[in-house]
Amino acid sequence: MLKYVLKRLGMSIPILIAVLTLVFIIIRIVPGDPAMVVLGDQASAEALAALRTKMGLDVPLIEQYFTFLSGAFRGDLGTSLLSGRAVLDEVMTVLPYTVDLTIAGVLIGVVFGVPLGVLTAVYRNSVTDYIIRVFSLLGLSFPAFYSAILLIIVFSIQFNMFPVISDPDLSNYGQRFRHLVLPATNLGLIMVAYITRSTRSSMLEVLREDYVRTAKAKGVPRLVVITRHALKNALIPIVTVIGLYLGVLIGNSVLTEIVFNRPGLGKLILDALSERDYTMLQGVMVVYAFIIVIVNLITDLTYGLVDPRVKHQ
Amino acid sequence: MSLFPKAGGLRRSISDLVRVFNRNKTSWFGLVLLLFMVTLAVFAPWISPYDPIDQDILHRLSPASAAHWLGTDHFGRDILSRILWGARISLSVGTISVLMGMTVGTVLGILAGYKGKYWDYLIMGVMDVFMAIPTLLMGLMVVAVLGPNLVNLTIAIALTVAPRFARIARAPTLSIKNRDYIEAGRAMGFSELRIMAGHIFPNILGELIVMGSLWVATAVRIEASLSFIGLGVKPPTPTWGGMIREGFQNILSEPWVSVYPGIFILITVLAFNMLGDGLRDAIDPKLRNS
Repeated sequence: MLKYVLKRLGMSIPILIAVLTLVFIIIRIVPGDPAMVVLGDQASAEALAALRTKMGLDVPLIEQYFTFLSGAFRGDLGTSLLSGRAVLDEVMTVLPYTVDLTIAGVLIGVVFGVPLGVLTAVYRNSVTDYIIRVFSLLGLSFPAFYSAILLIIVFSIQFNMFPVISDPDLSNYGQRFRHLVLPATNLGLIMVAYITRSTRSSMLEVLREDYVRTAKAKGVPRLVVITRHALKNALIPIVTVIGLYLGVLIGNSVLTEIVFNRPGLGKLILDALSERDYTMLQGVMVVYAFIIVIVNLITDLTYGLVDPRVKHQ
Repeated sequence: MSLFPKAGGLRRSISDLVRVFNRNKTSWFGLVLLLFMVTLAVFAPWISPYDPIDQDILHRLSPASAAHWLGTDHFGRDILSRILWGARISLSVGTISVLMGMTVGTVLGILAGYKGKYWDYLIMGVMDVFMAIPTLLMGLMVVAVLGPNLVNLTIAIALTVAPRFARIARAPTLSIKNRDYIEAGRAMGFSELRIMAGHIFPNILGELIVMGSLWVATAVRIEASLSFIGLGVKPPTPTWGGMIREGFQNILSEPWVSVYPGIFILITVLAFNMLGDGLRDAIDPKLRNS
């Protein structure tokens, strides 16, 4: 196991560097002078030069790259052009909000998605299967910002059950929960759709296996076959669901935060975009790059842990 | 089975296609919904009751009525007309970006699979890095940096789509390239280009079409999301995401301004998803449940 962990860990670092390099390149393709983009074309030459120095644009590109890369690993993501605060401090302030939201979303997704997936697989081609599949296809098709708006219209405006703007005081747990319900439901419903589908396909695969047929043939009760023989094995690929749908999760959490005006990485991006704060945009992307690589590493390691076959490949 | 069998003429191909569709009702339903949306988009200039950018401040934010079936927005513009015109942007950005990404990705994927060795490492390595960044974030970064307009939006989405198709094209290329008939082609002195374009490509076309349809669904959703964030085509050009963004300012008092365009996004994305899902089930029984 240790060898597998080290090997996988060693693979993560080049991937991380490559993703960071891509972020660096994309942010650098701003047409023209980024300083002028930020300050406008009426800005004085001195102001432009000062900003260029502040953004680190006055040194050769290759030097900028290494400064960026070493900064990323040391946790120095530059200072926000907008607030003047360190990007990492800004990120750390809002990160708990994003973490709350994504964890709650995944929990809702797993708690409802796995049983629904099992149900559709066991009652394949029945009315239940058909109805759940239509709903999960609908869930996949909903743009996250639109479902968020519908939730606000129904539960915040019509029934006045939850706040329209989700901006809780984190130390007040009651408020923290109340402000989380709608955004987490929004993210969760979409995750339910994805997880239902992958559970279904994974269950169907396992239900065809010989050992399931053998168990049935020797008279093991149906429920036991489904839970102990089939689901236990079907759950192995579901472990990777979080790694697999991480992109969906991140994209939708950004949109959800924007609609609910909830503090978080998504709101940081939105503010950075409207103020042309490229340092902040780049910094948040670096944070996402770390999150992506680390989550993928953890899912892979978990997969190796639950399915011993993986390590030996 | 292949979606496009080699023998038999056009009629045979069409009847095959109908059979593929018949095997899965979902794809029929998706196709009908899709044709409906395409018709609305194509005929928008003729069927729109009003000019989509004509303002009528006296009748701003009016609810649905006989004069304005879906009401008006904060500038008094007719929402139905804006939705119909918006369909053109959504559908064209969605399909063109996927076609672009599909072309680039497929070429790179076949190249990586057929050439192997360092071609494979280099191409797929770069593609994997692109894929590590979530679609929405990638689109967001590219449009934010290049500037929000129709062309950049399309390029941004194409960039996120291309690596997926490289993956899809590479896998079957690896297994096909060692088959006897490819070997025979090589022995007969066919050029590599001819083998890749004429013999490998037709074999993966069916799968490309299925995945293309599913990715157009995603592309339409990303276009709408970016427009909602404010990174779409500049106003006053009507786009569905942009309309929702504008309506969101009056969400407490006039929610319909945001609700109606969203229904059309949902129908379009759902149509492409159903079409792709159904076709995938019908074409490849192995993939039937994934």
